[in-house]
This record gives sequence, C-alpha cells and structure tokens, in this order.
Amino acid sequence: MSLPAFAELLERLVFTPGRNAKLALLRQWFADQPDPERGIGLAALTEELTFSAAKPAMIREIVAARTDPELWRMSYDYVGDLAETVALIWQPRAGVNAPPPLLSEVVEALETTPKAEIPALLAGWLDTLDAGARLALIKLVTGGLRVGVSARLARVALAEWSDVAVEEIEEVWHGVEPPYTTLFQWLSGQAPRPDPREAPVFRPLMLAHPLEEADIAALRAEDWRAEWKWDGIRVQLTAGPGGRKLFSRGGEDISAAFPEILAAMEFHAVLDGELLVMRGEEVAPFADLQQRLNRKSVTARMLKEHPASVRLYDILIDGEEDLRPLPFDARRARLEAWHGRVAPARMDVSPLVAFDSLDALARLRDGARAASIEGLMLKRGDAPYVAGRVKGLWWKWKRDPLTVDAVLMYAQRGHGKRSSFYSDYTFGVWREDGELVPIGKAYSGYTDEELAWLDRWVRNNTVNRFGPVREVERGVVFEVAFDAAQLSSRHKSGVALRFPRIARIRRDKPVEEADRLEAVLALVENRPR
Amino acid sequence: MRPVNTPHPETWLKVTPSGLFCEPGGFFIDPTRAVDRAVISHGHSDHARPGHAHVLATRETLAIMTARMGEGRAGTAQQALRCGETLEINGVRLWLRPAGHVLGSAQVCMEWRGSRAVVSGDYKRQADPTAAGFEVEPCDLFVTEATFALPVFRHPPPETEIARLLRSVALFPERTHVVGCYSLGKCQRLIAMLRQAGWDRPIHLHGAHQALCRTYEELGVRLGTLRAATVARKEDLKGAIVLAPPGAVADRWARRLAEPVVAVASGWMRVRQRAKQSGVELPLVISDHADWDELLATCTEVQAPEVWVTHGREDALIHALGLRGIKGRALHLVGLGEEEDEVEVVTEDPAA
Repeated sequence: MSLPAFAELLERLVFTPGRNAKLALLRQWFADQPDPERGIGLAALTEELTFSAAKPAMIREIVAARTDPELWRMSYDYVGDLAETVALIWQPRAGVNAPPPLLSEVVEALETTPKAEIPALLAGWLDTLDAGARLALIKLVTGGLRVGVSARLARVALAEWSDVAVEEIEEVWHGVEPPYTTLFQWLSGQAPRPDPREAPVFRPLMLAHPLEEADIAALRAEDWRAEWKWDGIRVQLTAGPGGRKLFSRGGEDISAAFPEILAAMEFHAVLDGELLVMRGEEVAPFADLQQRLNRKSVTARMLKEHPASVRLYDILIDGEEDLRPLPFDARRARLEAWHGRVAPARMDVSPLVAFDSLDALARLRDGARAASIEGLMLKRGDAPYVAGRVKGLWWKWKRDPLTVDAVLMYAQRGHGKRSSFYSDYTFGVWREDGELVPIGKAYSGYTDEELAWLDRWVRNNTVNRFGPVREVERGVVFEVAFDAAQLSSRHKSGVALRFPRIARIRRDKPVEEADRLEAVLALVENRPR
Repeated sequence: MRPVNTPHPETWLKVTPSGLFCEPGGFFIDPTRAVDRAVISHGHSDHARPGHAHVLATRETLAIMTARMGEGRAGTAQQALRCGETLEINGVRLWLRPAGHVLGSAQVCMEWRGSRAVVSGDYKRQADPTAAGFEVEPCDLFVTEATFALPVFRHPPPETEIARLLRSVALFPERTHVVGCYSLGKCQRLIAMLRQAGWDRPIHLHGAHQALCRTYEELGVRLGTLRAATVARKEDLKGAIVLAPPGAVADRWARRLAEPVVAVASGWMRVRQRAKQSGVELPLVISDHADWDELLATCTEVQAPEVWVTHGREDALIHALGLRGIKGRALHLVGLGEEEDEVEVVTEDPAA
C-alpha cells in the first residue's frame, strides 16, 4: 500500500502549516514504512528524486481517451488545475482489482519503460488508485510535487525519529544517495555509520548567540577576537579529490547557483565564510545577492552583473588534517597562511578588527553604518570549532537597528497558532504628493497583548477586502525597527527594508506625523545621487 | 413509462415563483415563500421556510422545523405523514419515501390520472446511520438536485474519511481536532459514524450545534456523551474532537481550543486546491448530497423519461442525461442550494 500511504503523507504535508506537525508526519513515515519505500518517499519530498517521464499534455491525452469532451471541459473549468482534474475525473475500469503499486515499483518502471509505453503504464496504475493517490502519482511523474519539505527539515525529522544528533546526520547526508538504505539502517541501529569516504559532505556550522547588554560586563577584552558580521549568507566550501560543493548554513547544496565560486575552488580544504556579491572592493546590498539565490542555473548576464565572492572566516579542514579541535587563534593563523599559499580567486580573508576595550569596540560597532555590515562577531581566542550554538564561545553583536514611524495599511491573518489573528502588517510612509506608499511588511516584534489589540482594531476598521487581505483605515502608527534600507525596483516606494519588525505601537502619534519617504531614502547606503 | 392517455406531468406540476406547485392538489413542494399549503421534503432552511399555514411532512421533519423556527412558525397546522402511507387530495395521490439526506428527509411522490412525479428534494445514496436510506420510486417525471453534478465529484466511502480523522487524532494527541460541519444532519451523522468507528469518548459541540443534537436524541437517534465546547477547559480539549459550524473553525471562537487541527467535512473538500485556499488542514470528503455517480444511477433507476433539475450544476447533468436518452430540463429554482451545509466553505468570520 505504499503509493496510497505516500499520497496521504503528501496531502497532509501540503495542508499542514505547522513545522512541528510536519515533523510528526515525517517521523511517522520513517517509522511505518519499510526500505526502500521510506527512502524513496524522502527523496521525492526533498526533490532529490524527480521525474520528467510524462508531460502534462500526455496526461491530458490519456484522460481524453476515456472522458466525454463536454464533461471534461466543464470539470476542468471548475477545478482549474490539470493534474487535479485528471485525478478526480479518472474512472477506473470496472473489474480492475490489481493492488496499487509500491513507490519503488513506480520509480523502477519509470526508469526502464520505453517512452511509447509510458501512457499505458500510467493508465494501468491510475486504475488501481483512489483520487488522492492518483493526484500524487500524476504530480510525481510530471515532476511537480512541491510540498515544501526542505532537506534540512527532513534531517531534523530523521534526528527526532532516531535519537541521533542532527549534526551527525548532516555529516553523512551528502555522502548517501536515494533510497538512503544505509542511512536508515544506521539510524535504526542495524548497520554502522555510512562512510562518505571522499565525497564532499557538509560539516555542521558553528553558530553564535546574540550578545545582550547583561553579557558584556562579564567579557574580558583580551580573551576575544572581533570580526565584522557581513550581510550576505553564511556558506561552507568543501573541495578535494572527491568533488566540490558549496553549502548554505543549513546544509543545502547551492553549488549550481554559483558556478564561479565552484570554479575557483582549486584546493583540498573545508572553509567557512560569507557569500557576497562584490563589485571590486565594494560589497553590494543584500538585494543583489538575493537575485542569485534559489536558482538551479545562472545566466552569463547574472554572472557578470552580480558577481559572487566569499569572504573567509575560518578553516575547518586543510587537506586531510581536521583543524576543528584547534583553538580559534591557531585556526586563524592556519587560514591566513593557507590563503597566502593557495591564493584562490574570488576569496579574501575577513579582517580581524583591532580593539583594546569593549567600550572601544562598541564605538566601532556604532560607527559602522555601511549596509553591508550587520554588526560584529566576537569569538573566543581559545575556542575550538564546534557544531551548533554553544553558549559563551561565539557572540553576534548586531548594531542598533534603524527605525521609522510608518502607518498600518493592510493586514492579513497569520498561520498555525496565529491563523485567527490579523498578525501580518503592511505599513507605509508619506510620499511628497501626499500618497501613502508601502515600504514593508512585518510579522513580529509585538507582544501578545498588542497582537490582540491590533487584531481587534483591524476587524473594526476594515475599509476594503482583497481576498484574505484587509485594507484598514489610516489610524495606527508603528515604530518599525530594521537593519538596513536598500533601493528596490520591486516596491512602489522604491525602497526595501532588511528585517523589519514592529518595535512599538505609537498610539500617541497622529498618522499625519508619520515619516516621509525622503526620510527613509536618506537611510539608504550607497545611494546613487 | 406513462400510459398513452395520461397527462404529461408538466400539465399539472407547475413551476411558479414560489416553487413547484401541484395544481390539482392545491399544494406547493418546498415553497420559497409563505403559502397556504406546503409539503416539505426536509428541514434544511432552503427547503423548509417559516410562515406556511398548512405544513405536511414526516414527523421528524416537523419536529426539526419546530425546533429551528419555534412553536407556531413551522406551520399553523402541521400534518405528519409516515413514509409508505398514502393521502388522497382532490384526486391527487400523495405519499413520501425516504431520501437518505438527513433525519426525516423524504421524496414527495404524486400521482394524478395515472401520471406519476417524484420530487426528491436533496438526497444521497451512501449509508447514513441517522437517516433512512433512499428508496427508488419509478416514475414518469423525476425532479432532482444537482449540487455535485460534475464527474470530479465522487465521494469516497465515508468510513475511510472517518478513519483518516481518527488517524490524525492518534498522530496529534495533544491537539484538538475541530471539524467544521453544518448543524443539521452532517453534525449528527459525523457523531454517529464516530461512534460506529469505536470513538466512545465525549464529543464536544459548538453552541450552535447543541439544540439539534437534542432534537435528534428526542427522535430516537443515540449520539452518546456530548459536551459543550464553550465551557470546557483547554486542558480537556487536548486530544478531543470538537464539532462547530464551518465559519467558526478558523476564527476567534477557535482560540479556546488546544492548537487545533482544522478539519471540514463537506463534499466540496474533494477539490483539494479549493480546500487549501480556505485554510483547512484536514479536508474530509463527507457529503449528504448525491455525487456524480449517484445522480446518474438514480436518474436511470427511476426509469423516468424526463428529469427536471432544481438547483446546482444542471448543465453537466442535463448533458450526461442526454447521452443516456433522458430528457433533462433546468428549472433554475431560486433560493434552493443556499443551505450553509454545502455552500463552499469560507473560514472568514461571518459576524465581521
């Protein structure tokens, strides 16, 4: 019953907004299903395994052979989605009582069946399935599952199910392949840990805690080293005889989106750094890097206009030598020596920031107004490189946020626990011509009491509805905190905010006195004048 | 087949602005405005409206109407007719047969001068522990609904949907499962099916669902232990099943529940993309209306050469009947199909 069971999992994952609920569904799948079904299902969900055996047009033809054209037209009009219309309208042939196929049978048959025979194969399977499983099969064979399960979420579920630390799973993850039989056997205690040998695998990153005022007093300046915290994305570069990979901070393989970085990885090492778009010496705004993210491939134009670089923070492995147990100071010396020796293209070493007291450092932090800098990192000179967020070894010390007073314009309900609350707010500022233009959207920063108050206010002051969105009376001013303002052609106001959140509700402030757009534009760094 | 010398049903069963009117009998069937004489197929508000002078229906439908409308508003004079009993009114023979839709629902069967018409009201062919099963009455004219008259609507066996609900309760024992369902019929059917599936814990109800559950019990339908969800402690609602109107399941009322899993039980849930848009986490395809196959099978089994379609997606049904040699006619009766039961669910706050 594997395909119907997979269909049920798929449907619940698609409909479930909550992360914890998704994890529970995945845990149950790993526990209930045998090998290789559970691994194939996992690979299909994370889109490690995709098919293009059938195009939508082929599915359409298969169903046309069995359906009155008028009824098809009316049904498709009503449902609006081809795959779903086919799944729902499909009338199994009378007398079929073959069992539904296993997921593994489907995968194997798709790989070995000649293209001309695929339609008959699909029709035969569809006859054995109910509507939900038919939809799952059609989505699977046309390569369009899109369930929103990241490989990271899957690994967390594997960790919870097996009681093996997620960091350990991450270390082998990129060395195992669908259907992950060796991985499942290891996690269920039936086989030793799979040996990735020379395959380029991900090593979990060392992470920092935010530094609070209360923590600062306890720090002795001489124990600590400081670096700028660059506003890009944290990456791990791993290269050697077994291949090259660029991983995001969560362990996603993003190599395909950054071929110029891969090309520059002519070495045998594992490095930690910040991926940035750089033009000469200048770090471009985060929005530029965003253009390059989440792509399966890139165009020559992208490469030219948004060139990527890596600013290195650390070295984890040099050749065969694991440097992670060494203290930070020793690794730093190795990193600088390595960089001087190898001199890779598109990579520089993030400089240490010299300071003699934390007060002096605080002044440096406050003085750094470049949009490319989020703040400072503090790292203990004697700390080894350890996976995860171990308190007291690394701190992130973000600079104080910028603020703007903006007017609430639209509200939308949230998800999960917030599904009955209008908790997502779009806010705007006044343009010269007197029009209010939206500059951002925030989902956080308020207290539960403030949320309850805002929810009531939105319901009582709605002037317009656009589907799930309510437009409200101009009546509430937010003090919005954010990390940086950047120019954006995608927003009507021409500006976008980094990490906006509601700092407080300015009940004292009339809407006319909210900020003007010019005031926000003045906060944009590197603005062409 | 109607004997040659009997009148065509359209000569004595008329479509009027108030609904279908049996002219020689002098009564309306499910009239949409207050009339002197009304025969009512079942208690949903789009079929049973207040203010008629004389109302004839099954005993159960009369009790449901009285419970919903209050004493005196459900017909100045009420007359109960048992299924299988026959009345003669001005030469028209009138009898009722079960329609399987909700408790007390009945098809209105009429015969005048050898010409027989059956007005089915809303109906379904699936089993329902709270409603007597649909019985086929051969006729010359069959009047049908068409709520789910598209081949994409095929309701799965309801037991499999109840099993999905119970599997979800087992998977999320700390959360409340709140099922949006209409208060007359669907609510009680769900309770009865949960009991059949072995769920014997108390079932919690939204305030809007309590009165009709009491009426059902007074009419002899056993529903087990029911509790008010409104006064329950959040702690007690962990792992519980709560039934509420569809409009309440994802809004302010639901905040009292423990991390609710929002389910909705309706035939519309069959189209998953629509279900997702309405914010439902667990769509349950359980309907009290005939699906596509049931509509076609029923229209064939009654052997009527002509079928009239009251409300719903009549174009698809009439097309499909035509392919089977049955003449279809769309009545476009206004006001039917407005029962919230099978209106597409919008989990928006209806009060706002």
